Amino acid sequence: MFLTYLLRELSNRRKQTVIVAAGMALAIALVIVVSGVAAGVKDAQSSVLESVYGVGTDVTITQTAEPGADGPGQEFAFGSGDGTTADDGSTEVAQSTLSAARGTATFDSSVLATVEGTDGVSAATATLSLQASSFSGTLPDFSQGGAGGAGTDGATGGGADAGTQAAPPAGGADGAGGSAFDVDQFSVTGLEPGAAAVGPLTSAELVEGRGFTSDDAGADVVVLDETYATSAELAVGDTLSVGGTDFTVVGIVASTSSDAATASDAYVPLDTAQALSGLTDQISDVYVTAASASRVDALEADLQAAFPDATVSTQSDLASSVSGSLSTASDLVGKLGTWLSVVVLAAAFLLAILFTVAGVGRRTREFGTLKALGWSDARITRQVAGESLVQGLIGGVVGVAVGLLGILVVNVVAPTLSAAATAQAAGPGAGGPGPAVGGGGPGQQIAQAATDVALHVPVTASVVLLAVGLAVAGGLLAGAVGGWRASRLRPAEALRSVA
Amino acid sequence: MTDTDARTIPTASPTAVGETCPTTASGGTAPMYTLTAVTKTYPQKKRTVKALDGVDLVIPAGQMVAVQGPTGGGKSTLLQMLGALDRPTSGTVRLGDSDLSAAGGRALAAARAREVGFVFQGFNLIPTLSAVENVETAFADGSTPRAERRARAEVALASVGLAERADHLPSELSGGQQQRVAIARALVKEPTVLLADEPTGSLDEATRDEIMDLLEGVWRDRGLTLVIVTHDSAVARRAQRRLRIVDGKVDEVGPAA
Repeated sequence: MFLTYLLRELSNRRKQTVIVAAGMALAIALVIVVSGVAAGVKDAQSSVLESVYGVGTDVTITQTAEPGADGPGQEFAFGSGDGTTADDGSTEVAQSTLSAARGTATFDSSVLATVEGTDGVSAATATLSLQASSFSGTLPDFSQGGAGGAGTDGATGGGADAGTQAAPPAGGADGAGGSAFDVDQFSVTGLEPGAAAVGPLTSAELVEGRGFTSDDAGADVVVLDETYATSAELAVGDTLSVGGTDFTVVGIVASTSSDAATASDAYVPLDTAQALSGLTDQISDVYVTAASASRVDALEADLQAAFPDATVSTQSDLASSVSGSLSTASDLVGKLGTWLSVVVLAAAFLLAILFTVAGVGRRTREFGTLKALGWSDARITRQVAGESLVQGLIGGVVGVAVGLLGILVVNVVAPTLSAAATAQAAGPGAGGPGPAVGGGGPGQQIAQAATDVALHVPVTASVVLLAVGLAVAGGLLAGAVGGWRASRLRPAEALRSVA
Repeated sequence: MTDTDARTIPTASPTAVGETCPTTASGGTAPMYTLTAVTKTYPQKKRTVKALDGVDLVIPAGQMVAVQGPTGGGKSTLLQMLGALDRPTSGTVRLGDSDLSAAGGRALAAARAREVGFVFQGFNLIPTLSAVENVETAFADGSTPRAERRARAEVALASVGLAERADHLPSELSGGQQQRVAIARALVKEPTVLLADEPTGSLDEATRDEIMDLLEGVWRDRGLTLVIVTHDSAVARRAQRRLRIVDGKVDEVGPAA
């Protein structure tokens, strides 16, 4: 009787059923799409972050750079005897440096041992972020000139000052007193060769050659990012000058994410990097994997307490360092999307409640009659609630279908979002006035990975279950209100009102 | 039906109402209803309306009673008291041994489900259910197995001559047929009391007589206590006993002429 009556009512009051179900379907579809897009944006953020911090990194420890701590910034100093002088008087000079990356502060490597000894730490490794710079060029013969100064611009020919000038410089790159300089820079990360469980290379896959082994400690071997290797036309077995030392390329890696490059252009053993850069026993980052996902926040607090001057960040903290349209999408989904879902869901619930209550009002005689026949309040409430529940379920099923269709459309279109993950923030005045690419400046951040990410919206059973659960909740809520109204009808009054 | 026919209706007696009628220790018919000083008032705007005013009434089991009176006199209110649809403001209403005036909502619903069958002027069928499904709604507690429920509903429909119309919706039936379905619904649970509120009020004269023949027939065959509220004197004259309510007070008009 329950089902027969329920189905007859829904089919005979088709207009109400369609309106309530459509409202519910719209809300459910919106919830599914918004939840899915939010998950997709989160995945994209994770993808970008993994390219910088590696897979499995729960916490990172860095040191905030002090203003001006980097001294005068990148500079190349040549003595009077440096370089090779050619017959036309031109002098060829070349110099390579390996120094801490701009905006990076280093700290003692003993921190790693402390971290590893902290309760709740599953694995930890240290890295040293460096920047390799090389300068090479040809200077003209200034000996024929007076006391004029050298050009202030490395690419312009001749001096530009007003000093006494007996004759213009001769020779140089163009044979007429001009100069030509090449400046090359790339990022280098020193990492522990045996640390495979955590660290920046955990998100990379080997494309060619081999990765580091513990035997590589202290060796002049380098693993290159595929993108850098391609641009620098380097392959396994080639030689790359890092800080004036020739390194043998033993492997090439690429990010496991098709959308992002790895965190650095080149990777070298940590001790080699420390020795070459003169940063003995110094590190710039510690990557930590927590023993339990639920312990991450507690671990962050413990580590912050252990290293009060350091910057301790979790993945959620790091997510805020992702900028670009991905960040905008995240904000949009997180705020507008969520609120829109809530408003539409509330409207759908309200619609269902109002229609159910109005339906009860129209069926006063019907319920009065059933009560006269001896139907209990509970049975009438169940009947009304059942009808609303089925309306909600119909809306939920349609909403899930529409939502999945919406997700399919998003995945087919695959909108591209740009993203840049920034690892460290330099304090005001950090770095210096040097000519290095990516020079300092107030509050400048060092971009570690800039990439375009195609948004892929995942479909999870939990989201579908959530949607169906909301539909059921909406139906039950409407049914409970409608059933309560129906049960409150006094049979005598219900029958009298008809009369 | 003619007045002559009406006079042929058997009077209430233990023999006439059959074995289901309770009897007193002395062998007389036990009262089905006993109303004592029943008053019912309703708030209406800024005043209080007294629908029943100190009604004392005994209705023996198996009696057919017609209640007449002007509109607003209290007929329907009296029927609601008898049908356990409402409780009096003061006084007591007893159905057999049960005090309806002191019963809670659940007990009243149980009494309606078990003891009372209703027939309404407007038929009050569920428009979305077929004739046989409407009859099935009378199994109020929902515990009767589906097959038994359906079988009994079909028998009830057949007893009112609508076996062939079991699957029709109310909108596909005439007024008289709808009232037959309503009577089948009232009888299918085999109540001890049948209360009819203007059962022929929406019907033409010929159909009215058909319905009254039907009601009299089931009353006679089943030994029911039948209370009919009506404006129609032709209907009232077919009852064993006639009551008139004016301004909430009940007067005996007498047995049918």
